[in-house]
Amino acid sequence: MKPRVGVLALQGGFAAHAAILHRLDVRVDEIRTAEQLAAVDALVMPGGESTTMSMLLERSGLLEPLAERLDGGMGVLGTCAGMILLAAEVVDGRADQHSLGLVDITVRRNAYGTQIESFEADIAVYGFETPFHAVFIRAPAVERVGPGVEVLARHEGRPVLCRSGRATVAAFHPELSGDGRLHARFLDDL
Amino acid sequence: MSGNPSSDAAAAGGTATGTTLVKRGLAEMLKGGVIMDVVTPEHARIAEDAGAVSVMALERVPSDIRAHGGVSRMSDPEMIQSIMAAVSIPVMAKTRIGHFAEAQILQALAVDYVDESEVLTPADEVHHIDKWAFTVPFVCGATNLGEALRRIGEGACMIRSKGEAGTGNIVEAVRHLRSITGDIRRIAAAGDEAELFEWAKQLRAPLPLVQEISDTGVLPVPLFCAGGIATPADASLVMQLGAEAAFVGSGIFKSSNPPKMASAIVEAVTHYRDPGILAKISSGLGEAMAGLETAGLTTKMAERGW
Repeated sequence: MKPRVGVLALQGGFAAHAAILHRLDVRVDEIRTAEQLAAVDALVMPGGESTTMSMLLERSGLLEPLAERLDGGMGVLGTCAGMILLAAEVVDGRADQHSLGLVDITVRRNAYGTQIESFEADIAVYGFETPFHAVFIRAPAVERVGPGVEVLARHEGRPVLCRSGRATVAAFHPELSGDGRLHARFLDDL
Repeated sequence: MSGNPSSDAAAAGGTATGTTLVKRGLAEMLKGGVIMDVVTPEHARIAEDAGAVSVMALERVPSDIRAHGGVSRMSDPEMIQSIMAAVSIPVMAKTRIGHFAEAQILQALAVDYVDESEVLTPADEVHHIDKWAFTVPFVCGATNLGEALRRIGEGACMIRSKGEAGTGNIVEAVRHLRSITGDIRRIAAAGDEAELFEWAKQLRAPLPLVQEISDTGVLPVPLFCAGGIATPADASLVMQLGAEAAFVGSGIFKSSNPPKMASAIVEAVTHYRDPGILAKISSGLGEAMAGLETAGLTTKMAERGW
């Protein structure tokens, strides 16, 4: 049976993720409430503003249900802000920013500077035969990788794609460059 | 995707900044969010605390620009930098229409987005800024699809429907959104190429962009809404009409309880299709900003832009 995949739609780049997943022929639900979360098998946490998403997770009553699902081993793909929310430790975040702590990495928010430093580049991804075109928007940087976390791609030496258990996190935006391989691998791993 | 030939060519090789994909990418990340006008670092922190995805740094909110009169210009760089230092979310700033020197200064300040805005007094009555020439991305206002496509042709990476800024009256925003989304639907339903040629003529819009809409059924860049949003219900209305995010200017800091109004509008943009949640967050917010009838206005900002 095809998995039912949720895209967290509180704020951010959820529409682009949903478009790629639709192309891969899975059922996609936008997730804004705990009831909607309960109905899906896996979750994509998109880019956007991690501070905004953190607040909306709390105000929408999603924080605890989401933490429980993640503890229960639900597959999750977090990109950019999604990576920040899933990281064990955040540098340069807001003091009241929630961290789900699922992936043992330390992430620095806006590590590259403002939007004029945002960039795109080809990166080598473990297991892919050809380069993956990655788009970095006010991107976070992974500054520490804990034991048990695999680094699947680097850009200029910095880890930009990591996997830990059922969680995959990217500092870049695989949903923006039209290449569905990362999403396809995420679905295959479910 | 149409784009800046020089920077997009560079993207084929190594690392490239300022490409169309990178510029439109930030607009993608602001979807489902609220961009709030702020005039001080304190306002900026209130906005960030309330969950704003970005702030627009300016010296006066539009309702005060109306009241003050005179020529309205780019804000003092010192004031913009103090706001950039106060928050961790993206900061936008406004340039006058056609005033590319102001835009160059804003890019030198490393703001995250430049708004070539009708809220300020236009500097050029014929030409808009050549936005392809910049690394920083631009947002521009539009009252109809032709205006939106002309701005995209000039390099804008985000369009906001103009509404009528500083009025707290949603009627113009609704008119502009319905006009833009309605024409997109009609173009998507066009019968043949000849009809697209006619659409491009009628709209005074670049033909390739009309053809792109015919293929995709959507605007080539994100479509946000500005001008007149004063309540959570207003935010829900424009989102249901097809806006993908909301700019709120005077509506927050001219209300009686700005922190509460700000967070309520943030939640309304997320839960715009859920009337139960909207009823809860609309309760007990205090007074919304005092509104203006648009028929009696001496200055219609939406008419600025060509």
